[in-house]
Amino acid sequence: MSAATTTEPAATGRTPQLPPAARKAGRRSAALGVVAWIVGLAFCLPALWMVLTSLHSEADAATNPPSLAASLTLDGYRQFFGGGGGPTPWPPLINSLSASLFSTVLVLVLALPAAYALSIRRVRKWTDVMFFFLSTKMLPVVAGLLPVYLFAKNAGMLDNIWLLVILYTSMNLPIAVWMMQSFLADVPVSIIEAAQVDGARLPTVLARVVAPVAGPGIAATVLICFIFSWNELLFARVLTGVVAQTAPVYLTGFVTSQGLFLAQLCAASVIVSLPVLAAGYAAQDKLVQGLSLGAVK
Amino acid sequence: MTTSISRPALSRRPAVARTGKSGRARAWVTRAPLLPALVFLIAVTQLPFVATLVISLFDWNSLSPDKRHFTGLSNYASVVTDPALRDSVITTVVLTVAVVLVTVVLGLLFALLLDRTFFGRGMVRTLLITPFLIVPISAALLWKHALYNPEYGLLNGALTWVGDLFGIESMSQPDWISGMPLLAVEAALVWQWTPFMMLILLAGLQSRPAEMMEAARLDGASSWQTFRYLTLPHLRRYLELGVLLGSVYIVQNFDAVFTITSGGLGTANLPYTIYETFYRAHEYGLASAAGVVVVIGTMIIATFALRVVSSLFREEANRA
Repeated sequence: MSAATTTEPAATGRTPQLPPAARKAGRRSAALGVVAWIVGLAFCLPALWMVLTSLHSEADAATNPPSLAASLTLDGYRQFFGGGGGPTPWPPLINSLSASLFSTVLVLVLALPAAYALSIRRVRKWTDVMFFFLSTKMLPVVAGLLPVYLFAKNAGMLDNIWLLVILYTSMNLPIAVWMMQSFLADVPVSIIEAAQVDGARLPTVLARVVAPVAGPGIAATVLICFIFSWNELLFARVLTGVVAQTAPVYLTGFVTSQGLFLAQLCAASVIVSLPVLAAGYAAQDKLVQGLSLGAVK
Repeated sequence: MTTSISRPALSRRPAVARTGKSGRARAWVTRAPLLPALVFLIAVTQLPFVATLVISLFDWNSLSPDKRHFTGLSNYASVVTDPALRDSVITTVVLTVAVVLVTVVLGLLFALLLDRTFFGRGMVRTLLITPFLIVPISAALLWKHALYNPEYGLLNGALTWVGDLFGIESMSQPDWISGMPLLAVEAALVWQWTPFMMLILLAGLQSRPAEMMEAARLDGASSWQTFRYLTLPHLRRYLELGVLLGSVYIVQNFDAVFTITSGGLGTANLPYTIYETFYRAHEYGLASAAGVVVVIGTMIIATFALRVVSSLFREEANRA
């Protein structure tokens, strides 16, 4: 996918010499380019609208027809961060950040050795193990929610981000194992064997041979696990309350508790989405592979 | 770069002696790195499900815990006969099928557009991916409040605008969510999931063998013929994968239903109904039985999904 984005038409200067058929094809592809731009902008319009609304004052945000020429302001963002004396969103944002980061680290710690065992020093029947991992991902979370809730209640673990960390880890582990398996398998065996013949031990092999080849893929895996944890709502809503509330849960309560401030709501949505947008754009080449559970490269 | 499946097994696997103590010990050494992940996953995902199975056999309302007793399969009978639950099964099917079909078609069109080179293609691709990267709950809130709101939502605002343009004073201002609740949820989900389908299908398009496409062009095949007889058959596996994974993800949707309609007006799907049954109605047994039904449904889809995934897995191996 990455290769295709770089193949822009390089030969603009040569256009006059092209035969008529090619010129016709060129015009057609230019027209299709315009269509693609229109489709892209139209499809993205709700998101662009969200950003624009977040930059309006509440009065300008809630007009019909919408006011495009209204002056821009950061009031929505100021309000969201407690500028008007309201609650600050920092605790839920920090909860989301810590739950996502800790679970991503735990995923990495568990998945990397597993991927190693499934690709480099391969266990027997490794495909069966791979499919076991994948099958757990297809179990609907809602079916396990009640026992987890009862367990947490009895163990006094409700409203605790560590419970979320464990659940998010189990949610992302299969994806991470699949993705990392395919990235580690990309490391040529011959290089590993050559390094071992030269007397390199396992840590050296991992650091010098495996990491440079599989590193970018592993980084993308980490970003995708972070995105999924950050986005999660159902577990967080049922299992957390006041203390461990995450950003998505905060957003759902935000609307009902304060009435509706459209600009502020849009600002909040932009802020909560920013980490995901950043991670998603950074990992976009590997995103499909993660989402399709490693099945598509 | 090749996947490892195609490599001769011997070059990868250290010689595992099949007999003797040292062989078994070595097998455990090989297996050891795998175990933490396996044990963790079994403990956190399989055990709760077993517990759900057990709870589903009890009549258990947490508000009257003393009356808890074993009822066998009667919760399942209630799931099947309770009209509300039956409706939510139908809603789940309708919602999933509609969203998956529309996203696949739109995703294919977008992928075909992006498969050509044009000025600023990377930028358009970024625009098209963005809806997928909005946090789902934010996206649902955006649709509910900034787009669908009958008084100042963008949709009715745009209608007023168009009305002004043509000098129509009283442009209709529909209440989208109460007027067409299921469609409102579906539209928001389609917006979120089309980029997912597009990305999978784009990966499929770009894995077409270049020489095959070139040969077709030299033979004078029209672009429709190339699409119909080369691209589409090649995309089949990717289409299947998109449909199946999309179904697995969308069957489980909670955020959009919860936010946009709160399950009202006939939009409660199974995950939302289960959440309500256990979280608000405190009917633990019934909720668990419904949960088991969802798992059975998902397993039917997932069996096909796994088969498609494994065939892709093998296909890639053979290509290498």
